[in-house]
Amino acid sequence: MAFDSFWVYLSASPLWWLTLTILIYLGAQRLFLKSGSAALLNPVAVSIVALIVLLELSHTSYDAYFAGAQFLHFLLGPATVALAVPLYRQMARLRAIWFPVTVSLAVGVLTGAFSAVAIGYVLGLDRTTLLSLAPKSVTTPVAMGISEVLGGIPAMTAAFVVFTGITGAVIGLRVLKAAGVTDESAVGTAMGVTAHGVGTARAFEVHPVSGAFAGLAMALAAFLTALMLPPLFEWMGWR
Amino acid sequence: MALLLFCQLCGEALVRLSGWPLPGPVLGMLLLFLWLRYRGRSSHDLDLTADGLLKYLALLFVPAGVGVMVYFDALGGIWLKLGVTLLASAVITLVVTGWTMQWLLRRQKTEHSDGV
Repeated sequence: MAFDSFWVYLSASPLWWLTLTILIYLGAQRLFLKSGSAALLNPVAVSIVALIVLLELSHTSYDAYFAGAQFLHFLLGPATVALAVPLYRQMARLRAIWFPVTVSLAVGVLTGAFSAVAIGYVLGLDRTTLLSLAPKSVTTPVAMGISEVLGGIPAMTAAFVVFTGITGAVIGLRVLKAAGVTDESAVGTAMGVTAHGVGTARAFEVHPVSGAFAGLAMALAAFLTALMLPPLFEWMGWR
Repeated sequence: MALLLFCQLCGEALVRLSGWPLPGPVLGMLLLFLWLRYRGRSSHDLDLTADGLLKYLALLFVPAGVGVMVYFDALGGIWLKLGVTLLASAVITLVVTGWTMQWLLRRQKTEHSDGV
């Protein structure tokens, strides 16, 4: 009984899930480094799976969990703003290659949206799901906004965005290496445009230049997608 | 930190006012970038705060990621098709973007060396 009331106290206090999230992440990070950076042991992916299992086992709702974890979630805002600092440090480099960056971003945004819609269509997914898939490479709040404009289901889009980000972070560097993409700024741009913030975080872990370009790619991809997708889908008669 | 929050706030305000479907922090990032360019340098405190936050950027995605569990039931029937679609699309986007950029970078380099 003593344990029960202890548990009730802990799970009611935001401190419990907040602390646990950080501890699990630090553990996952250590595991990742010990394994020699095995892609499948990506710390974000491992932490999320571990926490979902814990929440399911303890019959805790996501809302109860988020009451504590929201303090970390809140920091995403200022952290996104902070991406301007590494970007500023890469100014000289960026100025020299703004044309390749801009073209690659436009290509990446269109490829991300239309490859998902095309593959999903071939596999027989329904129209609403396809429309919810289109903005999945963009950071969550923008993706949900675009999904709504297109006629998708924003909540579904949010789940796709998270899955895409984690997938991109897990497989991204390996895929790019296999494809012969070695330039740090190209690696970063591909990671940011494909896997938004999670991809950017992963890019920062390997190289500061990749991280800076991933942050830029993520931000500009959000702009480009919001600007391009709704009119394009309207023009194609999808909306 | 105050500057970061201020830029985010300005970004959010701009989004509300303009009705643009963009997140405040993304606009805030561009505002801070413009501010740094205008000023011509960053400050030690800003560098320290930004580097500290970005070092743990990956951790900050965990709470939102756990939210996927809410959709398990809704997406149950089509999860395999969705998984294949998202995975294949991620691979294609990575490769196409990476190749495009690398190809353009090499072309630019040779153009420059030819021109001079």
